[in-house]
Amino acid sequence: MDATEIGLWGVPLAILGGAIRVSTPFIFVSLGEAITERSGRINLGLEGTLVFGAMTAYAVAVMTNSPWLGLLAAAFAGLCFGLFHGWICKFPKVNDIAIGIALMLFGSGLAFFFGKPFIKPKAPNLPAIPFGGWSDIPQVQAALDVNVLFLIGAALSVVLWWAFRNTRAGLIVRVVGDSSDAARAMGLNPDTVRLLATGVGGALAGIGGAYLSLYYPGSWTERISSGQGLMAVALVIFARWNPLGCFAAALLFGGAGALGPALQSVGVTQGYYLFYAAPYILTLIIMIATSSPTRSLAGAPGELSITK
Amino acid sequence: MTDTTSSAEAPAILGARAYPAALEWIARRAEAFVIPLAALVVGMVLFSLFILAVGKSPVLLYETMWRGGFGSWFSVQNSLSRAAPLLLAALCVALPARLGLVVIGGEGAIVLGGVGAAAIGVALSGAPSFIVILAMGVAGMAAGGIWIGAVGALRHYRAVNETISSLLMAYIAIALMNQLVEGPLRDPASLNKPSTQPLADIYRIGNIPGMDVHWGLVAGVVACIVSWVLIEKTRWGFAARIAGGNVRAAQVQGLAVGPLIVGFTALAGGFAGLAGMLEVAAVQGSANASLAAGYGYTGILVAFLARHNPLAIIPVAILLGGIDASGGLIQRRMDLPDATVLVLQGMLFIVILFSETLYGRFKAFNPDLWQRAS
Repeated sequence: MDATEIGLWGVPLAILGGAIRVSTPFIFVSLGEAITERSGRINLGLEGTLVFGAMTAYAVAVMTNSPWLGLLAAAFAGLCFGLFHGWICKFPKVNDIAIGIALMLFGSGLAFFFGKPFIKPKAPNLPAIPFGGWSDIPQVQAALDVNVLFLIGAALSVVLWWAFRNTRAGLIVRVVGDSSDAARAMGLNPDTVRLLATGVGGALAGIGGAYLSLYYPGSWTERISSGQGLMAVALVIFARWNPLGCFAAALLFGGAGALGPALQSVGVTQGYYLFYAAPYILTLIIMIATSSPTRSLAGAPGELSITK
Repeated sequence: MTDTTSSAEAPAILGARAYPAALEWIARRAEAFVIPLAALVVGMVLFSLFILAVGKSPVLLYETMWRGGFGSWFSVQNSLSRAAPLLLAALCVALPARLGLVVIGGEGAIVLGGVGAAAIGVALSGAPSFIVILAMGVAGMAAGGIWIGAVGALRHYRAVNETISSLLMAYIAIALMNQLVEGPLRDPASLNKPSTQPLADIYRIGNIPGMDVHWGLVAGVVACIVSWVLIEKTRWGFAARIAGGNVRAAQVQGLAVGPLIVGFTALAGGFAGLAGMLEVAAVQGSANASLAAGYGYTGILVAFLARHNPLAIIPVAILLGGIDASGGLIQRRMDLPDATVLVLQGMLFIVILFSETLYGRFKAFNPDLWQRAS
């Protein structure tokens, strides 16, 4: 009976492990979206990019037997989606939110179209580092099996946080996001900066998708994403466009997402579907709590259509 | 008719007409038809290239699509049946859009409308059928209306972004439905596919006489016409269009923007809830996971293709219903995945949105810029 040996302690442990496991795609998508939104555009299509990235990564990993090539391919596919969004939104009267919705449908459609033959085969997984080796308890070991992408994501959020403040590129993105006119006066082309920012955002979302199909849950199905791409957009607002905040919020969301499975593992089956909805409810509550009709959000990029 | 005051800078002088009035009238209105139709054609050409790229024949594909969607009386009826929920789902996007809101969570209102209707239908079993059907319609509309009305209220009173919140609410609604049909509302006899208790036959909505299409199509068309009248011909619609153009201006005018937004979003959600009720009462016979069939998402596309004009929604919904209906035939005859239809829809969506940039760019549609005949 080692499954129940640690009893109810299994719940927080499973939530911790789940937070680490589930949060990784959130980290990448929200960091990508943070870069895009800081430049003054919003890309709701990252949900589609995530799904397409998951399919691409899985397909390439199956064909080449290398998860890293799959990851690279997913990032490239995401880059293409992001650049497309960035390019098409530069035309006057083209609404970035609506294009995002269209890309969400288009990305998922394309992924299902090309992903059909890859539902069956098994792809090699991305490696994890067993930080739980010191413990004999299998739950602890399971919870502390940390994927390298999680660590890369954590490092990336620190780097981005630093880069937004201290580098030329970070300053350029912020200027463009706060005022197109000021950027133009500085001799910057806002469309080019936003094109690149959306492209990078797409690439990061593609990596998030690769994590889904190559590590957790670790297979390609048409239901692989359940709105992570969209929740990540909400999460960026909650995190006030701060990369470190994105990381913390992603962990929180991951934990909420792990609540249902964790409770189920200790035998709580009542209300399973409602616990499954916990991340969505949490997102909604956070959005309600942090929005205000009278003042604009602190730290919001001035050119962002969503906060205008 | 010489006009000595005219110059190259001011080519349009009131009252000075160089072309027949009818021609100008047509030209002004042609833009709203020509650009979407051209975008539709461009989207279909792009999709042809995509189909060519995967090594299939676009000609065969469109022929199959025509046959599956509109080629026979049977397929026309199939398309019309699919158009019925799309009409209502598209209104759920189009009505808030006239107020400047992008609501994309119609799927949630459909699902809850279906569950609400099924619960009422089962609870009232024994009552006369018209009362039960009416109550189911009201329950469905109320459930959907509350759901999307809440999105509108959050938008106006808390400044919560309606696009994201409506989609989150859709996920929550689906979870809620799963919880209800697995739990308190579950029919113990439904083993493999948890459902509510089936409705008695007298509480089911039948077909339009002479057709294999249920009355939901009529309900959808009526809802579109009512919405058009509401937006174009009433003072509420007028107020909504002002608020959609500029919220501040509407507030300065003393318009009650809050109630307007909540009212329009609630009505929009009510229509989507009605779609769910019709799925239960006319198609499924009970509420189950099949309610989340994606009509809410296709409805977004319908509304944008129709440029949020309720009357334009009618033909667009029938067109997309036909494309949807042909999905199975395309899969069987051409050995293409069922997602082929999704790819086409995505491409059409992107091209239509892109075409927004073309409005006002063509001289042909703007008689004011025409060179006056000398």
